[in-house]
Amino acid sequence: MAWTRKILRVDLTNGTCKVEPLNMAWAQQYLGQRGLATKYFVSEVDPKVDPLSPANKMIMTTGPLTGTPASTGGRYSVVTKGALTGAIACSNSGGYFGAELKFAGWDMIIFEGRSPKPVYLWLENDKAELRDAGHLWGKTVWQTEEIIKKTHQDPQIRISSIGRAGENGVLYACIVNDLHRAAGRSGVGTVMGSKNLKAVAVRGTLGNAGIKDPKAFMAAAAAGKKVLADNAVTGQGLPTYGTQVLMNVINEMGALPTRNHRDVQFEEARKISAEAMHEKRPTDGKSQLVTNAACFGCTIACGRISKIDETHFSVVNKPEYWGASGGLEYEAAWALGAANGVGDLEALQFANMICNEDGMDPISFGATVGAAMELYELGIIKKEAIGMDAPFGSAKALCDLAMMTAKGEGFGKELGLGSARMCAKYGKPELSMSVKKQEFPAYDARGIQGMGLTYATSNRGACHLRSYTVASEVFGIPVKTDPLVTDGKADLVKAFQDATAVFDSAGICVFTSFAWTLADVQPQIAAACEGDWTLEKLNEVGERIWNMERQFNLAAGFTAKDDDLPPRLKMEPAKVGPAKGLVNGIDKMRPEYYKTRGWDEQGVPTGDTLSRLGL
Amino acid sequence: MQKSLHINAAKCTGCLQCEMACSYENHGLFNPAKSRIKVFDFEHEGRKVPYTCTQCAEAWCLNACPVDAIRVDAVTGAKVVNVATCVGCKVCTIACPFGTINYVADLGKVQKCDLCGGDPACAAACPTGAITYVDADWTGLDKMRAWAGKTDTATRASA
Ligand code: SF4
Ligand code: SF4
Repeated sequence: MAWTRKILRVDLTNGTCKVEPLNMAWAQQYLGQRGLATKYFVSEVDPKVDPLSPANKMIMTTGPLTGTPASTGGRYSVVTKGALTGAIACSNSGGYFGAELKFAGWDMIIFEGRSPKPVYLWLENDKAELRDAGHLWGKTVWQTEEIIKKTHQDPQIRISSIGRAGENGVLYACIVNDLHRAAGRSGVGTVMGSKNLKAVAVRGTLGNAGIKDPKAFMAAAAAGKKVLADNAVTGQGLPTYGTQVLMNVINEMGALPTRNHRDVQFEEARKISAEAMHEKRPTDGKSQLVTNAACFGCTIACGRISKIDETHFSVVNKPEYWGASGGLEYEAAWALGAANGVGDLEALQFANMICNEDGMDPISFGATVGAAMELYELGIIKKEAIGMDAPFGSAKALCDLAMMTAKGEGFGKELGLGSARMCAKYGKPELSMSVKKQEFPAYDARGIQGMGLTYATSNRGACHLRSYTVASEVFGIPVKTDPLVTDGKADLVKAFQDATAVFDSAGICVFTSFAWTLADVQPQIAAACEGDWTLEKLNEVGERIWNMERQFNLAAGFTAKDDDLPPRLKMEPAKVGPAKGLVNGIDKMRPEYYKTRGWDEQGVPTGDTLSRLGL
Repeated sequence: MQKSLHINAAKCTGCLQCEMACSYENHGLFNPAKSRIKVFDFEHEGRKVPYTCTQCAEAWCLNACPVDAIRVDAVTGAKVVNVATCVGCKVCTIACPFGTINYVADLGKVQKCDLCGGDPACAAACPTGAITYVDADWTGLDKMRAWAGKTDTATRASA
């Protein structure tokens, strides 16, 4: 029983909390976290629901390995219909909140309806209570955590909350836990805000006693940790440089999307890289990076904790930003930096702090700023509309726009729509670098072909975390494939998608997959969980989850047309670098992928496929 | 040779593997709330600091206990709570200047680090070397070596 077998159902409309047993038959088919919560979600929610209506639900969920000593065993996810995308959303976060939820005795919390007034959920082991959050509304994530801990006089409480972005309807608002870890993408925080739910605060002291075979589990977990420690990426690269280890590597490959994907290399990439974070600044003789940090249970510790330069224009006379804070991670450094041509490391850290403090996805925010800067340079959005000059490269504009978006002020309201809606509004929908209205992350699909297919077919909109083929195409994990060709990418993407769905359903971090394959995870799941968890079964679970998510999206109204990339990536070749002259071959890969998946030409799973997977 | 837990906070990432290992070793379940070692997060300074009993030679807790429930383990030198004798009066928790002996409400007893009988689970679980179990007389050896390496390099360069 790695599961606690207990679900909390919170009816926000009526202010009630109810305990339910976990559906163990479903647990055997969907494992936990992403898979299991999505099963609950699709069984209970109309796919056509307006994401911001009370009829949408939001599930916070742990996996069977959450709150165990498995390396990275502390993850939790938020499952809902995404405010940004209108597709199934599942955003995963580390930190300590997920493990605490488990230690309080819960597999998941299902939120329904909408509270008539702002509330937060207070969980003290099995005691669940909705409390008034009138005094927290309008507060940032950082303030919210501090106030709740003071109110309950317990510094050991773990909290997930939304900042002002989630309250103000920024469509890519995230849910932040432990100050700087986030269920980041697809607007899960916007959904939470629409429910008038400010925060979930947990204190769990019951612990996790339910491992099937503790001795076998400890041995399997130890073996897994050794694999991570011995691997060059998880044992050295990520601990030393964090995810930012990628900045120079991806730039050299000509796959660092720059200035809204106009370019594929950023001339100032070095200035915003991991190496730059380590360098001593001339102003104060200190490096931006203070230390690395791990999420619960993690033996990799990719997390970065940094201090901004106190003399930087963004924080002059603002001591509240001078303390140590999370960042920069690679995706944020790219989205806030290269995506809009800003090479000022301190400005990126400031914008990143605003994203943490007020709960915004830095990828979608940064990429939307990039689109706005292009519209500005084309003369389509005028200086008066933005309230400032906003050419590519303007660190000042980036910092000001971050604050305005978080607070819902002025042009920040437009940026809060995300790039797809904003560009459509200005008559240039093709300038939004997104799929299913969700902005691309930090890999240019012309230089890494498999990522084009990854983005186009991701069930939650453009995303690197659904099938990180970068591992194979760049690092040769588990096998090296050529990033510049489309051949074989359909199979590669499918394999990554299915495996990742299992990682996301187990309670562990997908970054372990730089070193672990499912064969490393399987013994840990098998020792922890009741049932017969073979490798074959896990592969099938992954495929089942993927197809279930697909079915929801099709029922929500998505079609094969939505499995596509913006024209820029299909028609404007890379100008420099190894991919010079290339566009992404999505139109060739898509039909191959559908076939590999057992879907028809319209991307609909065939009856055979569905019955094979028991769907 | 007597050994001691040695903590190098600069290496700690805050993964809490030590707390999980401690609770499993002593309570048979994974529960940081029951751990005898605690990792403190000074988030605004970017520091994580693991903290536990240092096994004082003249232990306040041991001296304060009215029923002699705390004894010295002859092999490890740990000050060990005899659960059968402990009456849960908590006087030791008042006496200890460091707060590293604590009451466990659901047991009605106190608990503290007992060095796991000479094979501390936290040190074994720590992935970063922030917690090690080393010669009690030479807990400073690593720091000495590090500083020694930085000393008198000029002479060698010109030699
Ligand atoms: S690899 Fe990074 S994100 Fe994943 S659990 Fe570890 S610290 Fe957290
Ligand atoms: S196991 Fe080591 S690195 Fe992890 S929290 Fe404990 S002391 Fe720190």
